[in-house]
Amino acid sequence: MIWLTWRQFRGSAAMTAAALAVLGVALAVTGPGLSSRYAAGIADCTPNDTCADFFDRFFGEYQIPFLALTLVVLILPALAGLFWGAPLVTRELEAGTHLLVWNQSITRARWLAVKLGLTGLVAVAAAGLCGLAVTWWSDPLDRSAVPEMARMAPLVFGARGITPVGYAAFAFVLGVTLGVLVRRTLPAMALTLIAFALIQLAMPLLVRPHLIPPVTSTFELGRTNVEGTVPPGRQGGAMQIFLSTSAVPGHAGAWVLSSDLVDPSGRVVGGGGASGPSSTIARSVPVSTTSGPCAPTGGLGSDTCTAEINRLGYRQQATYQPLERFWPLQWIETGIYALLTLALAWLCFRRIRRGLS
Amino acid sequence: MTSVLQAQALGKKYGSRWALRECTVDIPAGHVVGLVGPNGAGKSTLLKLAGGQLEPTAGAIAVLGGRPGSTPAQLAKVGFVAQDTPVYASLTVAEHLRLGARLNPRWDDGMARERIARLGLVPTHRAGRLSGGQRAQLALTLGLAKRPDLLILDEPAAALDPLARHEFLQVLTEAAAEHKLSVVLSSHLVSDLERVCDYLVVLADSRVQLAGRTDRLVAAHHRLTGPRCEPGKLPAGQYVVSARHTDRQSTFVVRAGGPMHDPAWTVSRIGLEDLVLAYMDRCPAEHRRVAQEVEG
Repeated sequence: MIWLTWRQFRGSAAMTAAALAVLGVALAVTGPGLSSRYAAGIADCTPNDTCADFFDRFFGEYQIPFLALTLVVLILPALAGLFWGAPLVTRELEAGTHLLVWNQSITRARWLAVKLGLTGLVAVAAAGLCGLAVTWWSDPLDRSAVPEMARMAPLVFGARGITPVGYAAFAFVLGVTLGVLVRRTLPAMALTLIAFALIQLAMPLLVRPHLIPPVTSTFELGRTNVEGTVPPGRQGGAMQIFLSTSAVPGHAGAWVLSSDLVDPSGRVVGGGGASGPSSTIARSVPVSTTSGPCAPTGGLGSDTCTAEINRLGYRQQATYQPLERFWPLQWIETGIYALLTLALAWLCFRRIRRGLS
Repeated sequence: MTSVLQAQALGKKYGSRWALRECTVDIPAGHVVGLVGPNGAGKSTLLKLAGGQLEPTAGAIAVLGGRPGSTPAQLAKVGFVAQDTPVYASLTVAEHLRLGARLNPRWDDGMARERIARLGLVPTHRAGRLSGGQRAQLALTLGLAKRPDLLILDEPAAALDPLARHEFLQVLTEAAAEHKLSVVLSSHLVSDLERVCDYLVVLADSRVQLAGRTDRLVAAHHRLTGPRCEPGKLPAGQYVVSARHTDRQSTFVVRAGGPMHDPAWTVSRIGLEDLVLAYMDRCPAEHRRVAQEVEG
């Protein structure tokens, strides 16, 4: 049975292996250069404290391959589900060959076990290797990325570490299950794509933030969490402050789930949902703009105005998952996908054993 | 004599529709059994139940004394050639034999190779390129080289042209005789079955209408022609299978319980095909409860 499964599968397995080998070679060739550039840059910037600028330049330069690789790792499991999972059984049903193979001296459960096991293992290995290779290659970039692209950011998190293994196993078995249920290849592929995409959206939006209860804390205002202040326009009004929604001071790389401005009495300053430039919210602060540090004529920088607002007692209140939880979250999430995979596999076996034709 | 297939009130439901119901039949070993009936009568369903591809909704079925498809040992004893004789289009003929060798403990490789060579199939050809007849022969070879005790074929010749069909059935009959295996094959063409079968099961309206050895079935049935009358007026001991009336004449196909002495009636022999047609033709509502079996 292993021979037959391999004989049916070897074509696409070889193609995948070739594509992954090309990717692997490309990463292996460029990776060491990338990390030595990073090390040199850090050595340069640390004495004169310009590392923020270095990070911006360095990350900006490699942003496109960084995003492309992240995308590859995110898409790979979906491809395994679409092109390996969904047709695994439906192809046999459509050609009628299930009746040929189910009438050899081998039970249907064994047939499915070998097909699921072998193909699934290759899918998992491919996604796992690809994920680890990209994690290794991206390491210097992950260290210099802006908060929205850091390792804990929803999109990047799923393309690092061991989660691609869980995603691939799940997507593959999801494809097989939907194939067994709808019994035709194209609808099964379409359903697999839709279902997997929905689950991959729901996971970071609804589930992952709560896998470990997030930390809620208040922070002083400073350079990390205030992107700028804007004096009132000609129509008058109050001073506007742009509060970051993706960074908190002292916890570099944390995944910020919510960020609000609270006034000295601890109440949240409403802003009517106004948002500022990317990844910030705009909030009005009643601070004197005619005199003092926030007066436009004062000629002082934005930093002193921020310090003045901070002195008045305004704070950032944020809910976040710190970077130290990267690996615990990776393990928990992979475990959840593993359990889902087992449940779906059980469903497949039940359906196949009861007879499909 | 042992049974190859025993069904007790067997039924299979798809959704709310019964594809087969109250099927009770006991087929002895050592026959080439023809399963005949109109399209949608439940032939495929019965064979798939026997092969273990389907689970019964009601009743029980035993094939060679075991539950169909339950264990590798049971699977090894039963060969199954599915409708349209599916093969893997991307695998070569030789790879199909390898598949058979790897998946069957009783595989007879010498016989498989010899058959392939005799049929003129090229081992390196992909099965997807074979003609319908060659594909059917390849599927049959897989079924035979497995060395089963019972070979089930579901409409194996349906897609073949008359010449290929003739050849296929010829090969099948020879193989059955050579290896002393029992065969159950279905067809809606009585002429096909007449040539190869010595046992017949008629399935119509998702029930077994008739089962028995063909020679005994033919011997037990007659065509009666006489003056027009209702079936009830016939002499006692005549079980009416079908009736046809013209203005002055009535023609009945009957299963005779005893000899017929009334000189008003002309008794003539009936061919297998007419006999089968008579059973398939019966008004289903009238005879719901009657599933006749002639002792085999």
